[in-house]
Amino acid sequence: MPVIWIRPTRGWASFNLRELIEYRELLYFLIWRDIKVRYKQTALGIGWAVLQPMLTMLVFSVFFGRLAGVPSDGIPYPIFAFTALLPWQLFSHAVSESGNSLVMNQQLLTKVYFPRLVIPLAAVLAGIVDFAIAFVVLLGMLVYYGIAPTPAFLMLPFFILLAIAAAFAVGLWLSALNVQYRDVRYVIPFLTQFWLFATPIAYSSSLVPDAWRMWYGFNPMAGVVEGFRWALLGTANGTGSLMVVSTLVIALLFAGGLGYFRRMERTFADVV
Amino acid sequence: MSDLAIRAEHLGKLYHLGARERYRTLRDTLTDSALAPLRSITSAFQRRDSAAHGSVADNAFWALKDIALEIKLGESVGIIGRNGAGKSTLLKILARITEPTTGYAEIHGRVGSLLEVGTGFHPELTGRENIFLNGAILGMKRAEIVRQFDEIVAFAEIEKFLDTPVKRYSSGMYVRLAFAVAAHLQPEILLVDEVLAVGDAAFQKKCLGKMQDVAGEGRTVIFVSHNLGSLANLCPRAILLAQGEKRREGASGAIIAEYVALGKQDRGQVVWRELQLAPGNERVRLRAARIVVNGQVTADTDIHQDIQVEIEFWNLQDGAHLTPSIHLLDKLGNVVLASANLASANLFQDEWAGCAYPRGLYRAVCTLPGDFLNDGYYSITVVITTDVSQPQVYAREVIAFMVHDTGAMRKEFGGEWLGVVRPRLAWRTQRLMAEPREGRLEERE
Repeated sequence: MPVIWIRPTRGWASFNLRELIEYRELLYFLIWRDIKVRYKQTALGIGWAVLQPMLTMLVFSVFFGRLAGVPSDGIPYPIFAFTALLPWQLFSHAVSESGNSLVMNQQLLTKVYFPRLVIPLAAVLAGIVDFAIAFVVLLGMLVYYGIAPTPAFLMLPFFILLAIAAAFAVGLWLSALNVQYRDVRYVIPFLTQFWLFATPIAYSSSLVPDAWRMWYGFNPMAGVVEGFRWALLGTANGTGSLMVVSTLVIALLFAGGLGYFRRMERTFADVV
Repeated sequence: MSDLAIRAEHLGKLYHLGARERYRTLRDTLTDSALAPLRSITSAFQRRDSAAHGSVADNAFWALKDIALEIKLGESVGIIGRNGAGKSTLLKILARITEPTTGYAEIHGRVGSLLEVGTGFHPELTGRENIFLNGAILGMKRAEIVRQFDEIVAFAEIEKFLDTPVKRYSSGMYVRLAFAVAAHLQPEILLVDEVLAVGDAAFQKKCLGKMQDVAGEGRTVIFVSHNLGSLANLCPRAILLAQGEKRREGASGAIIAEYVALGKQDRGQVVWRELQLAPGNERVRLRAARIVVNGQVTADTDIHQDIQVEIEFWNLQDGAHLTPSIHLLDKLGNVVLASANLASANLFQDEWAGCAYPRGLYRAVCTLPGDFLNDGYYSITVVITTDVSQPQVYAREVIAFMVHDTGAMRKEFGGEWLGVVRPRLAWRTQRLMAEPREGRLEERE
């Protein structure tokens, strides 16, 4: 029979992967709930998953592509923007959902035991369905614009994972901070908006001088977005080091977020 | 030691007051840390500033102190205590929802906690979907839920509404479904907090029966409830907590009696020491009102005890014809009864009833019989009139008390006992006939 020890813990808690696996069914049900509930009682339903990036793409195409004449690395501007908007929307939705997830689920936190990581993780993973649907539209656009896949296409799963990891990393920080400081709720919309313009979505990272391009990778989403363009559109104008830097930054953010979350989680039920 | 389910030593939990109600904003932390160096500078010059630092410690309180427990496999143990005694904190620690500040506990076996029914229910999802979601949240495996699905639905009596979103359920259906899922949780150790106080009487009875089954199946149950009657029936052993400490443990009956005896403070008594501040006017002033049981001032009694309501008042006008009276109110504020010291409404003859009162301090005592009130919360409004119907004092709900169940009337039925009063009445059954005579079913005698 398993013996559970309950005692005060201090300092940095280790990451208990085994327990997380044990609770995989709960994770599955929470993802399933988030997906089921997301478009309940909406007229357009899952159509929103397509409409949101499409409308943003239209606005960007008109204002940045047409009126401002932002260069798009020789790619038709609409698909140039849409390719970047997909991982961005995955990221920004996942960040705001997971950032608020612990507070939204405080009833669970104070009444039931389970590994707390499950909650922000489920919030992030539930966004993949939206992404998948919008991705089908993207494939259609690729065919329409006659853009043939390059071998770099094989790297796409890696960049999808990278986008998810980036969102989860930021979500870990924000959700744990949100338990303590409700300011986070107000920071999140501002943060994602600011971040959107700091990321090469409406424009290309080639606008940044070559010498500085690598440092642009400190915005982890810069690497993800440029990675998507590279994998899908075959544009690679010296963004390799940028992607490496972004990947490293995401790894650090993730490790730090995990550590912070695990450290704070023992007081979640008392503070939330 | 293989028959041990739970053992705990020195369990303690320190809360920082306010931390639970109010979350910090970033500004608080920023101003705190910005002021910190300043504070340490000033404290270097001022000795008494250390008192301000001490106040941080004053804000902390021990919700639970030095608790030792030993619960054997298959045992059902009740935990009793007033609000804030630490019952819920203890359960939360054992359920691993919150960490103890001191001590440790070891738990042998899978733990299921029912601190609330319907945890994680989502209003937009259907009954069917919520069964799976809630089951998973409570720690059931998917296969377990599938296996017990029909049983859960039957128990909840919601077959027809299985595919209706829960937000369209009546509150009764909602609660039934929630409990049904919870009741089919089958861990080795079950922690239950107050969840039986749900649903209508028939469903409560069903829940209690289910809980008894669970306890009977050799599972370990820790049960926290204000419903002392059902607790006594479910748990042979009980632990009494008071102010975060373990006061006593032992047979449930004795522990419940001690718990009731413990309730001597609270709103069982109110005394006005300043005449001018007391309810009333220049003719009559209330001085005190109190509940007395067995010669002791208390706010807790049980359903069998006589309850004496004492009213002390100053008559400030010579020769006034005073009538003290009380209104007894239930927890919803309904008036259960009104009683006044009028000669024709008194069981006995009172020497002051209908008399002209000289100036002075008086005490009137009204006795509410035992075996009369139901369990629950009651409050008392004191009214003192002149000339029978002119109110001079009208003190609303000045005192209150809890009537607790003892289990003595609970040998057979464990659910909610309906009604504001619960007198023991006379029942007599006679057998009138062995067989119905043909064509004469209507006949009575």
